[in-house]
Amino acid sequence: MKPAYSVIFLTTLIGAAQGLFLALFTHQSYALFGLLPMQSDAFYGYGSVLALILLAGGLIASFFHLGRPERAWRSATQWRTSWLSREVIALPAFMGLTFLYAAVHLTGYKPVIWALPGGMVFDLSIVLGAIGTLLAFTLFVCTGMIYACLRFLREWHSPLTVINYMLMGSASGFTLAAFYAAMTTPSQADFFGGWAIIITLLALLGRIASLVRNARLKATSTIQTAIGVKHPRIVQRSQGFMGGSFNTREFFHGKSDAFLRAIKPAFLLMAFVAPLVLLMAGMLTPSLFGVAFIVQYAGLLAERWFFFAQANHPQNLYYQTVG
Amino acid sequence: MTQLALVIDLNVCVGCHACVTSCKEWNTSGSAGPLCDERPYGADPTGTFFNRVQTFEIGEFPNTETLHLPKSCLHCEDPPCVPVCPTGASYKRREDGIVLVDYDKCIGCKYCTWACPYGAREFDEKEKVMKKCTLCVDRIYDMTLPENDRKPSCVKACPTSARLFGDVHDPESAVSKAIRENAGYALMPEWGTHPANQYLPRRKTNIKIHEDELERADNPLKVDGLLPKPGKNESSMDDVSAW
Repeated sequence: MKPAYSVIFLTTLIGAAQGLFLALFTHQSYALFGLLPMQSDAFYGYGSVLALILLAGGLIASFFHLGRPERAWRSATQWRTSWLSREVIALPAFMGLTFLYAAVHLTGYKPVIWALPGGMVFDLSIVLGAIGTLLAFTLFVCTGMIYACLRFLREWHSPLTVINYMLMGSASGFTLAAFYAAMTTPSQADFFGGWAIIITLLALLGRIASLVRNARLKATSTIQTAIGVKHPRIVQRSQGFMGGSFNTREFFHGKSDAFLRAIKPAFLLMAFVAPLVLLMAGMLTPSLFGVAFIVQYAGLLAERWFFFAQANHPQNLYYQTVG
Repeated sequence: MTQLALVIDLNVCVGCHACVTSCKEWNTSGSAGPLCDERPYGADPTGTFFNRVQTFEIGEFPNTETLHLPKSCLHCEDPPCVPVCPTGASYKRREDGIVLVDYDKCIGCKYCTWACPYGAREFDEKEKVMKKCTLCVDRIYDMTLPENDRKPSCVKACPTSARLFGDVHDPESAVSKAIRENAGYALMPEWGTHPANQYLPRRKTNIKIHEDELERADNPLKVDGLLPKPGKNESSMDDVSAW
């Protein structure tokens, strides 16, 4: 598949935003149970604003993918059957919850919703954070399923696709949270940094698992099934036109095999290994958390490029030779 | 339930691309707007087509065979492109099984093409919407046309009658008979899309002509090898018949 930059930016930006929101609410949940000191409303509030900015960036990027962006509202109508439609609903819903979560923290409007006899108090921000967490995971599932549900694209048609979207988004979000905390409340940076290390490690395992799986895939469709002739030796002599078409542009990444081979170790290094080292070093030198996020985000852009480029669409069987 | 479809006889197709040009001509001139081309007379022309004819070589020289494969939307019975559409622009008509795109609803996200294993859909780079074969839906129901012309324009254009059009759910239709009696098959059956369009395989063509078919049965002038020869004294109509 040809990597679409609009989709690469959409998925990486909203992934980081979802991860950042989850990181902030994880911290607030720890603090609720007294495991960490509760931070100021401004910490959670401005952190959520940062997540909202990333989400808006992703949303804007997504519009560049559309031929007719002015009709984008129609894409919310087929949620019964289309994961893309579900994502179109889940993304604004999650943005709305992130906005509300930020708003109640920044305005201080946090009425008590539920008070337990033990003295534990669930205020509005906790309720909104819990709903936002559910929506963050819903959005991860929708984004992943857009790719995982396409059974012809064998490289994507796996639960690992959904799991990896969750893990990689969360990893970059927790890394960003570590950087955010290092800038605002350094005492809490190591909490986020520690989780970022764990999730980045899990994301590395998940991505390696999918790379191993894809390396062992055997194509379901062959030139024989494509044209319905059983002979072992079939070559295309003409694809029917010489000037190129949508089919020759959309489904081929257009780079050499050597480039594809080079990008794989590059993204493994930049999205996972280097951030792990930098996050560990960040425990001693908190400013390195920022470097870790930038390197990891760039690595995830490369990862997403590879994710698209590696997927081999069966329609390519019909477009092998110009003529 | 009706399922209109094409049946394409690969044994007859000569790969002339008449169906391609005829399709383009009809569908770029209709009320649904043009099938746009870019740089049609430039160095790097490209354009939107519903139908392509591709050529494959089977076997190893000198034992090779050429196969021309006309490929358009197969109007799958279970079309994977339809449920993924976020706007409902892609749909399958209940009444005749044609898979269509509503050009006024399509947002041009191209997700349906990712979901089609055949590469049957092409994005119109000028109109910015997805396009695909309509089985000439604006033609086959047009009562102002003579009944014989109410067929897809590719079918009308085929000089060898390689393309048949009809209802594959009607067991007595010509297309159903052709599929049944001539080993019709679907492309990429492994995905369970159940394409409505089917193809008839290449076959070795053998004709045995017996001598008497030329001498007698099929040549009325040669009755047992003798030409009519009237006698000299018999009356004749003119000099030509009286030799």
